[in-house]
Amino acid sequence: MGIYQFKLPDVGEGTAEAEIVAWHVKVGDVVAEDQNLVDVMTDKATVEMTAPVSGKVVSLHGEPGDMAPVGSVIVEFEVEGAGNAKPGAAPVAATPAEQTKKTPPEAPLVASRAPLPDGAAGKEVESKPATKPAPAPARHMTNTAPAFATRDAGTKPLASPAVRQRADELGIKLQFVPGTGPAGRISHADLDAYIATGGGGVSSAKSSAYAPRDGVEDVKVIGLRRRIAEKMQESKRRIPHYAYVDEVDMTELEALRAHLNATKKADQPKLNVLPFLMRALVRVLPAYPQINAHFDDDAGVVHRYSAVHIGIATQTANGLIVPVVKHAEARDVWDSALEVARVAGAARDNKASKDELTGSTITITSLGVLGGLVTTPVINHPEVAIIGPNAILERPVVRDGQIVVRKMMNLSSSFDHRVVDGYDAAEFIQRVKAMLEHPATLFMD
Amino acid sequence: MPEHIRTKVLVIGGGPGGYVAAIRCGQLGLETTLVEADRLGGTCLIRGCIPSKAMIHVAGHFETMTKAAAKGGKHGISLSAPPKVDFAETVKWKETVVDKLNGGVTALLKRAKVRVIAGWAKFQDGKTCSVETPEGAVTITGEHVILATGSLPVELPFLKFGGNVVSSTEALTLAEVPKKLVVVGAGYIGLELGIAFRKLGSEVTVVEALDRILPLYDAQLTAPVAKWLEKNGVTVHLGAKAKGLSKDGNALVVETKDGKSAEFPAGKILVTVGRKPNTEGWGLENMAVDMDGRFVKVDDRCRTSMRDVWAIGDLVGEPMLEHKAATQGEMVAEIIAGRKHRFHPASIPAVCFTEPEIVSAGLLPQDVSNETQEVITAVFPFSANGRALSMEAGDDGGFVRILAAKADHRILGIQAVGAHVSELSGEFSHALEMGALLEDVAGTIHVHPTLGEAYHEAALRALGHAIHI
Repeated sequence: MGIYQFKLPDVGEGTAEAEIVAWHVKVGDVVAEDQNLVDVMTDKATVEMTAPVSGKVVSLHGEPGDMAPVGSVIVEFEVEGAGNAKPGAAPVAATPAEQTKKTPPEAPLVASRAPLPDGAAGKEVESKPATKPAPAPARHMTNTAPAFATRDAGTKPLASPAVRQRADELGIKLQFVPGTGPAGRISHADLDAYIATGGGGVSSAKSSAYAPRDGVEDVKVIGLRRRIAEKMQESKRRIPHYAYVDEVDMTELEALRAHLNATKKADQPKLNVLPFLMRALVRVLPAYPQINAHFDDDAGVVHRYSAVHIGIATQTANGLIVPVVKHAEARDVWDSALEVARVAGAARDNKASKDELTGSTITITSLGVLGGLVTTPVINHPEVAIIGPNAILERPVVRDGQIVVRKMMNLSSSFDHRVVDGYDAAEFIQRVKAMLEHPATLFMD
Repeated sequence: MPEHIRTKVLVIGGGPGGYVAAIRCGQLGLETTLVEADRLGGTCLIRGCIPSKAMIHVAGHFETMTKAAAKGGKHGISLSAPPKVDFAETVKWKETVVDKLNGGVTALLKRAKVRVIAGWAKFQDGKTCSVETPEGAVTITGEHVILATGSLPVELPFLKFGGNVVSSTEALTLAEVPKKLVVVGAGYIGLELGIAFRKLGSEVTVVEALDRILPLYDAQLTAPVAKWLEKNGVTVHLGAKAKGLSKDGNALVVETKDGKSAEFPAGKILVTVGRKPNTEGWGLENMAVDMDGRFVKVDDRCRTSMRDVWAIGDLVGEPMLEHKAATQGEMVAEIIAGRKHRFHPASIPAVCFTEPEIVSAGLLPQDVSNETQEVITAVFPFSANGRALSMEAGDDGGFVRILAAKADHRILGIQAVGAHVSELSGEFSHALEMGALLEDVAGTIHVHPTLGEAYHEAALRALGHAIHI
């Protein structure tokens, strides 16, 4: 019997650490080789880690939300044979969970390993306390949840009339309150504990519409949400944004789009506005190389790209993800539409590869049918521009002294003022607008 | 121009749902008006639970004395002549009980400053009704309206009430004890009254369309009642359908289980085939509230589909029981006053004042499927209970039965059948409401000698260590 230490491999180019998203095993589990162990997240891709060996899990390092450095031990297995841990060797790079002895994986670690007959493994246990823990991150505050009998959806919660009445008054559904009494009976103390942990205030939608509500729900910002938060923070902190909005008469383009959708071949995708906007961008961008660029402000260099890789901001069940349509300049509207659908679908299904999620040089953010009147989009750092088409609405406009009804769309955009001057941006948007208003020019040299 | 009363709460019906709601509204400082066409107290006080219990009490006395008058007497007591009953006097005594309670309700409403309007309400819209009172017509508009109109006995179209065909209401005010009584419907009302009249000397025949008596309960629970009926000469025809009166009106025509037609001579025919919500004749159709079958549809706060119109009691569904109506009435009053409340009792216990009595709280064996939940069932017979034996309540086949979840011992249902067991109902429901486990009941000291010990022993037995069996 030996101990096999599983170290977090380098899961993405140049990533120094990855976030633990979800464990699929727990201490004591016997796992087979290639069985799913843990989901870790880097950049915007979630990677499933599988077991490198068959064995029994004796310790897990890190909780969901913790950052694990590449190369740190995240799982230890008890395996047949020698394992890979050198007797007496300290585990590499302690992970945040290690120093808090209260965390659940830690306690069974000692308990399950102490009686090991193998002397070598035993020595390692003794050496463990000698490792220097890294400072505990502040967010690492999860207390062990109170033990309570789990309640199936159909099971009536057990509570006295007084407890039920109090829950009613507080608008708390007892179904969700852990009961620590026999058979899961909910006491006043359980109700207090539930309220204290922010469980209160789930007032029934049917109760008085003006009833005051109390209670705070604490949601841990982890996983994709933390990525988004960090990214947005970075973007706004680094980039002096400015927004520019102009209106575009989409009447002709909408007529063309309707025609194309009506006459398209069966294997062609239905076209929305995006492929046309992408087409307009790739036609205009060569004249504005400073806009199709990355600004590496640490190095003080703007990388201007010949290729136009367009990020497509996509809402997924977990949050915002930006998959990328590569080489938009080499795609016609049909191909663009297909590729948008493909990468956005992959992102929504959580199947997008790292390659599909990186490398954009400019980003389009559209709220689709929601549209909105104006948006002030946040630039996808290190890019320098982002374009946000708004809703197409029939509006009265003046043409040749007559009020006519036209299909109008606002085109919102943000630019990095450090490297894109306002005049250039305005000119750029004017040209995009001209192309969209005269859709034939999208396809003319 | 009729007087127009505007009130915070308008309660329609002075039964146990309505008057409790009104009293609680008054206590909470809400200006409340209650409309009742009959005497205050409703079915329960005036023509249901209370008068029938008075009647059952008298019948019990009469039965005891009849036994004492029989040859050899009873327990050493003997009477030289059989007792006689002047039923008119019995009814009069029963009325004094009813009057006392009716007066009590009137006083309580007065103390709660509830304005009582005597008359029949007729709704014009969801919030306004007109009432013809002895003093003239009034129009009443309530910010909140609580509908508590109760229920009425169901009439069979081929056996209409009138003459010798009576409902439970008339059965409680008969001029004399009928020589031959046929009861149509072996639910709890029919059996309670049928048994009482049997004790008072009537020849009683029971006709039930289903294949068992008290069909809400299981055969184990109703067996002692069936045994009593048999022992006391009450003929029960199961699977038999009443067809109508015979030509001379002195017998009930019945199609028996084997399809034959039979005539049962009857001085009175008591039809107790159920009760229906009282939804007609007071303008419910003008209120635009949604219905749920024949009942007014309400949610778990007794709200109808119309904002601030509430409905409670028999009007909103089964079980049609006083204590359900009263609980709902109290709840609605508190909700109107701003408290948050829901109607979610752990059990609505029910009692049959048959001979012997039946009480049921929570789930019955047929309510739990062993596929979803493993259940322990334990029975303790009153024949092993000292107190029961000491008052002749040990040999009627009675018992206490407990159902509990095998996994965590939480008590799911408690039933009992036996003399005087109705008084155990509170303890049973209390255990269910408090979420008691078998160990909770087993760990509660019960007074010796009482019937409640049988409950304690049933819990012990469920845990595998009953002492006295």
